[in-house]
Amino acid sequence: MRRAGPAGGAPAAPAAGARVQIHSSLAPGAVALLIAALLIVFLIVPVGTVIYVAFADLDGGFTLAHFGSFFQLSLMRESFWNSLYVATLSVAFASVIALPLAYFTVRFRFRGALAIQTLGVLPLIMPPFVGAVAMQLIFGRSGSVNLLLGEWFDVNLPIMEGLNGVIFVEALHYFPFILMNLVVALNNIDGAMEESAQNLGASGFRLFRRIVFPLAMPGYVAGAALVFIKVFDDLGTPLVLNQTNMLAPQAYLRITAIGIEDPVGYVISVLMIGFSLFALWASALALKGRDYATLQRGGSGLARRKLTPLHAVLAYGWITLVLLLVLSPHIGILLLSFGKVWSFSVVPDGFTLEHYVSVAQDSPRMIWNTMLYSGLAALFDVLLGTAIAYLILRSRLPFRRSLDSMASAALAIPGVVLAIGYLRTFRGVGMPFTDELLTSSWVLIMVAYTVRRLPYALRSCVAALQQMHVSLEEAAENLGAGKRRTIQRVVVPLMAGGILAGFITSFMTAAVELSATIMLTTSQTNAPMSYGIYLYMQSAAGRGPGAALGALAVVIVAVGAYLSHRFLRSRATALDQQI
Amino acid sequence: MQDKVKVEARNIAMSYGKTQVLRDIDLVIEPGEFFALLGPSGSGKSTLLRLIAGFNQAQSGQLLIGGEDISRVPPWQRNVGMVFQNYALWPHMSVWENVAFGLQERRLPKSVIGQKVAATLALVNLEDYARRRPNQLSGGQQQRVALARTIAIEPKVLLLDEPLSNLDAKLRVHMREELRTLQRKLGITTIFVTHDQEEAMTTADRIAVMDQGVLQQIGTPLELFDNPANRFVANFVGTINLLPCRLRKASRDMVSLVSSSLGEIELPRLPHAPEAGDVEICFRPHAVTVCVADSVRDHEHVWLQGTVSGVEFLGEFVRYRIRVGSTEIIADQTHHAGTTPFTPESTVNLGIPRCEIRFISN
Repeated sequence: MRRAGPAGGAPAAPAAGARVQIHSSLAPGAVALLIAALLIVFLIVPVGTVIYVAFADLDGGFTLAHFGSFFQLSLMRESFWNSLYVATLSVAFASVIALPLAYFTVRFRFRGALAIQTLGVLPLIMPPFVGAVAMQLIFGRSGSVNLLLGEWFDVNLPIMEGLNGVIFVEALHYFPFILMNLVVALNNIDGAMEESAQNLGASGFRLFRRIVFPLAMPGYVAGAALVFIKVFDDLGTPLVLNQTNMLAPQAYLRITAIGIEDPVGYVISVLMIGFSLFALWASALALKGRDYATLQRGGSGLARRKLTPLHAVLAYGWITLVLLLVLSPHIGILLLSFGKVWSFSVVPDGFTLEHYVSVAQDSPRMIWNTMLYSGLAALFDVLLGTAIAYLILRSRLPFRRSLDSMASAALAIPGVVLAIGYLRTFRGVGMPFTDELLTSSWVLIMVAYTVRRLPYALRSCVAALQQMHVSLEEAAENLGAGKRRTIQRVVVPLMAGGILAGFITSFMTAAVELSATIMLTTSQTNAPMSYGIYLYMQSAAGRGPGAALGALAVVIVAVGAYLSHRFLRSRATALDQQI
Repeated sequence: MQDKVKVEARNIAMSYGKTQVLRDIDLVIEPGEFFALLGPSGSGKSTLLRLIAGFNQAQSGQLLIGGEDISRVPPWQRNVGMVFQNYALWPHMSVWENVAFGLQERRLPKSVIGQKVAATLALVNLEDYARRRPNQLSGGQQQRVALARTIAIEPKVLLLDEPLSNLDAKLRVHMREELRTLQRKLGITTIFVTHDQEEAMTTADRIAVMDQGVLQQIGTPLELFDNPANRFVANFVGTINLLPCRLRKASRDMVSLVSSSLGEIELPRLPHAPEAGDVEICFRPHAVTVCVADSVRDHEHVWLQGTVSGVEFLGEFVRYRIRVGSTEIIADQTHHAGTTPFTPESTVNLGIPRCEIRFISN
């Protein structure tokens, strides 16, 4: 019999299913309503406005004319296919990078774990468009690598040519999404699943292909879908690499060049939203109805082995290669930030500190802004994410599914689209208690970060809660803990790993967000670092200071992420030891 | 059907770091035998089972299956089928796919796999569930899928890790019988890990009792029950009365026992029993006769007088705790309809049959 809660009083009706029932207490409903209200104001209404404009004629009536004119433009059709091509190939390359790394981490006892963890976060702490600048200097036609290759072997690799460059930069930048999700999923597989397959004769790659990978599929698909959508709506990289015949740059260019009233920009926005939604829907479909609560905490995970010499060569070789690739934009940025002139040479011609001096004078405010916006956004994200995950999986509220859909829908909304929606919707709305306009306040940037990063935090919270068996909570309730105490003492501690992952991902990706930032930054005082870097990078002369600011951003975000990781990690391991 | 094989462990020792989990394991399991490893948790029984399956590596010793040393053979080449405690059915495969897995790994032709899966599913009465996913099955059905998946590969040896622990009591008894029948039908050498002595006694041909990584005794259920080799086995298998005594040789056929609680008792000397020294005597509660205080005392029993301190009615029998001197003796008396048990504080006579008393040397 389930325990009646202190607030509700009335005993819960026996549930037909195995789900824990939140009984008639008002708290879950109130929390759900609050979250729904926030999502409606800051997501549904602005996006609705964008969609409305795309379909409205001058008198506000329904029309498809804007779509007609869109498809008559061959540039637009080409952009559509280019975006699709780049996103698909980026996912493929990111998978090729991430799969072996994830496998090594969970499979072997070895000292490369730190390197892999570093690999997992390093790319995320630098905006991809910053990386793109460095990548062009290193891998471009007259970059360091090709200069050396030309000198030694007389070959020139077209790594950064056209769309190749976008794919290369995006895959290297976004593979951590697949890596992190995959590692969590692999670590949650019950060791007996693998042992039983070995017992029946499977080993090596077949074992991985038939048992381990399919069981980790939810993690992989979640990661792959994220990469796809991120690449699809990334604006900075194609702009910096001058590949504007893709959807996101076209939307941005239409709206900045022709104005916020230009309907074609809205049509592109709607198409991008539709495409992303379709990708999300397809990935959800692939996972439908599968019960993956495979490992209860305290059970043993996959067995870790000692590296055989062959595996050691493969593992360290692959890690070194990926590490070099992943580090190359960082090294490039570092060289650029200290370099006097870097053009048609392997390394810069001379070194100087002057870029840092000019950044130190111009940008402390931006650094502080980034920490503030991203930190707050990540905090709100894990709070919302934990609450929504709990409501989805453990309550029987009638509209709990729509909460999930609403929060996840943010994933399908490109930053530019959300920003345009905000600018139109909150036109003329003032901030409470100040005489500032909401559209010119930093609060709106922070809100945009929160809304845009919520799906990541939510997914990791949901995954963590999904893999936790209901009986663990029932046991706590059985021993006299009410709903709130159970959440506090059992649910949240056991979800700590997922919440931690959510916080870190939200924080770091918010810190390097550019597409909404470009639209919503109205003054130097409320500009975050990513905006500052982008501004610098616009001119050849600004590259040095831009790189210096980029390097500072990398260091600061890395330190912040490392500290929060250490803090939460030590709590999580302490908990693991208690179990 | 394959030939039945023998499983032998020779001097196996294993440790995790400094903790010794298995010591000097010497064991011969006969072809076709249903063999139980019985012990409390942490006794090393599951470790030994996983060692046979190849998931653990012994630091020393040999493991032979059918006369071949397989200590260095990886798990996937051993052809030793194991049913896991939590079944470990793969959630992303249907029942059919789960059962077919091992056959596919053996690269059998599709038609053969189809026949074998169908035959195995029929053997465990799950023909109609082939298309289901494991999470759509009840616990008992999942158990049978796990079993089918393992026997489909026709393993040389079948390993069962606490196979019944996740089932409810009624189903457990039923599955126990089913397992036994199936094992007889297939004739596979089977090793079965359990902490439940009743389960082991009712199903196994022979049992090895383990504690702290050491084999305590190997024997048929009858041997273990009637002649426990040591204190641990005596206590672990069934209920028993254990009393410390000093033993003296009295004559050629008789020994004399001195116990602080029972006084001096003369007993016939048993072959293999110690002749002198500190020992413990033990006897089963159900062998004890409880009579009214003034009953006739014959010579086949050792008679003691005591006071009833506890009475438990268990249906088939009544369990008494009887204070004798400074110790307490448990006595089970068959219950017959209409009779009334002795009440607490009544004085009774206890008769212990001389031939049922066993010695355990310390």
